[in-house]
Amino acid sequence: MTSNEPQAVRDPRDELPEHLPALRAFAISLTRNMAAADDLVQDTIVKAWTNFDKFTKGTNLRAWLFTILRNTFYSDKRKNRREVADPEGVHAGSLFVKPDHDGRMAFTEFRTAFDKLTPEHREVLILVGASGFSYEDAAGMMGVAVGTVKSRANRARARLAAMLHLEPGEQMFAGVDSTTLAVMSRSGMTAA
Amino acid sequence: MLEQMAQERDKAGLQQQIDENLKRVYEEALGQEVPDRFKQLLAQLREKDTKK
Repeated sequence: MTSNEPQAVRDPRDELPEHLPALRAFAISLTRNMAAADDLVQDTIVKAWTNFDKFTKGTNLRAWLFTILRNTFYSDKRKNRREVADPEGVHAGSLFVKPDHDGRMAFTEFRTAFDKLTPEHREVLILVGASGFSYEDAAGMMGVAVGTVKSRANRARARLAAMLHLEPGEQMFAGVDSTTLAVMSRSGMTAA
Repeated sequence: MLEQMAQERDKAGLQQQIDENLKRVYEEALGQEVPDRFKQLLAQLREKDTKK
């Protein structure tokens, strides 16, 4: 978390290491394959480094890096279809999750459903649902309209709900609190 | 009317549960240690810059 105090504009080369865990988490979310995720992060770092002259200092470096990463991911995916998701590897390091008894959905079940989503659906849900980006930021990163981000996120949530045998419904996920997310994003309060 | 309100509440609760789980999926990936290869890569890139 960053403070709201004004900061001197930093060299993105010095700031980049702080974004590595988030960059890697986003790569893991997209690929569901540790080896592929690390290759993707490596390519993203090299591309970012050679294009820092195109980065506008003082703007959101994490969003800029995420954009490079997701563009690289989709362009690789078009070129070769060899990479397959390997959720077992992704989950191997996670702690044993005890079953939920209070009627809330079990996390392991949720994760299995998440693995089965398309990368496009995983991407939108991680960006707006988990990593704290605003719909506007996500639209910029994904190169689509804000409305497209919202409808894609709604479809992805509905898809998850269907896989988890939760009650489906067209309007189920309307009313996402985008204001909160936007405020968080503006104040630099994106999750680490 | 009451039924509709209950439905709305269910929907909001469901979305909250989904988002809580999404955050957990993301945080699980965030919590993993970043491999040394990236520190080495950054050091190499910096070295190349200084040689320019």
